[in-house]
Amino acid sequence: MSVRLSVISQVEQVAKEQKKKLAPLSDDLVLLDSGLDSLCFAIIVARLEDALGIDPFSTAEDAGFPVTLGDLIRFYEEAGK
Amino acid sequence: MSSLWDSVGDAGRLPERVLWGAAASVTLGDLVHGSSLGGRLGELRGRSVLVATSDQLTAALALIELDGIARRLVLCPPDLPSEHVPFVKTAAAVDALVSDWDAPESGSEGIGSFVRCSPRLTPATSKRDEQHETEWILLTSGTTGQPKLVVHTLLSLTAAIRGGRTSATPTVWSTFYDIRRYGGLQIFLRALLGGGSLVLSSLQESMGDFLIRAGAHGVTHISGTPSHWRRALMSPSAHRISPQYVRLSGEIADQAILNHLRGFYPQARIVHAFASTEAGVAFDVGDGLAGFPASLIGEKSVGIEMKVEDGSLRIRSARTAERYLGSHGETLADRDGFVDTGDMVELRADRYYFVGRRGGIINVGGLKVHPEEVEAVINGHPKVRMSLVRTRKNPITGALVVADVVLKAEPDSGAGPPAALEREILQLCHQALPRHKVPAAITFVPDLTVAASGKVVRHRA
Repeated sequence: MSVRLSVISQVEQVAKEQKKKLAPLSDDLVLLDSGLDSLCFAIIVARLEDALGIDPFSTAEDAGFPVTLGDLIRFYEEAGK
Repeated sequence: MSSLWDSVGDAGRLPERVLWGAAASVTLGDLVHGSSLGGRLGELRGRSVLVATSDQLTAALALIELDGIARRLVLCPPDLPSEHVPFVKTAAAVDALVSDWDAPESGSEGIGSFVRCSPRLTPATSKRDEQHETEWILLTSGTTGQPKLVVHTLLSLTAAIRGGRTSATPTVWSTFYDIRRYGGLQIFLRALLGGGSLVLSSLQESMGDFLIRAGAHGVTHISGTPSHWRRALMSPSAHRISPQYVRLSGEIADQAILNHLRGFYPQARIVHAFASTEAGVAFDVGDGLAGFPASLIGEKSVGIEMKVEDGSLRIRSARTAERYLGSHGETLADRDGFVDTGDMVELRADRYYFVGRRGGIINVGGLKVHPEEVEAVINGHPKVRMSLVRTRKNPITGALVVADVVLKAEPDSGAGPPAALEREILQLCHQALPRHKVPAAITFVPDLTVAASGKVVRHRA
């Protein structure tokens, strides 16, 4: 599975498990407006670390935090290179 | 000891200083002749007052007015489950309720007076004659789920603040915390005693809206947990504030979040502080590095002594709390007056680093989780023999809860994880526990190490 698909599928899966209504996904979607809270993001990041073997939040020094879904996907794509 | 209101006055400039809530605001000058308590301040003299409001501004006003008047102020955090209210009432001998509700809510029956509090001030009728050294009671989470009641005084709460320099330019403080928690209360008191204003957060407001509001009021100093800050940096409105001072407390500040903040707010001084409800404010670290210099241990010059014993940080100072209420003899400090923070530290080179909490207590975004209560739920599943709940480091919430589970019999499926069973266990947890206590992952393991005591061995942090 591509990094993009992995990220999106975890976002959808965690939203379902945590019973959160997910906003329509697009690269421009602001993560804090997605319907997911910090706990959801924490779980998504943990699952992606298991699936992809990377945690760009802890390794990226000055990359800044992702703001949109597109940022989040690029965050993982860059870290995986 | 002068009262909070006297100290506010000592800092001066009352008409220019503002407390901004999400829906209303009040200048400190308005409080000179005005009251948020509808002229009923006199009724609360000498009482043990539960301050339980839905709005932070209302609570702030009540606290300013009641210090020195009430015998006790019990600060009710916004998320206190109603089933714990009777315990709090009894333990703190509450005989008055101050709230912004229209009428007392269930659980508050039997409390003597009900005084409504509102940011719409009315002329103050009774004279302020402060006679009490008011006890401030803060609630913190206990092992059994029941809150612990921690006794402070204005003196212990402000010992880390007094004697600090009052800045020449007006300071506008803000905090992501609720001021009914120790970390937020510190910022509230810093603003009041240091001559500043304060932008209060609101549960009803999104992170983005709060940042925009704080920015519009020209916030200069702002504080929160590392989890608060990670969330703030994910907001498109993070650039709407440009603070001179950024403070982190309440959780371990890792190097990544310190670097992110330095990158995002290059003009700001980034400080991480160690403080807890029981131990008070211990120290600030301003060198931009995680952990703290080993030289702080054993130093006495700043009115605080720290030592490391059995791996945990212990603190003795005038800033620690006095005692617990209703704890059945549980003591807060040891015989020498040191409070064990329960925070485990490790010395690497000339710096101490926080490595977790004693007893495996997990801090999920500032919310404490005791592993035993989660294990009890998991062990309630008929196919589970035993379980071990532990922490997993996380860059968003600092930590997550995960569980190792030993089954009574090998799962039938042979290879692969028994996904259906995992779902069943998680469902059980979701029914019995708040979301942050539900394991983010379950690993089925063949066995767990059991010590001679018969207890599952918990690895230190």
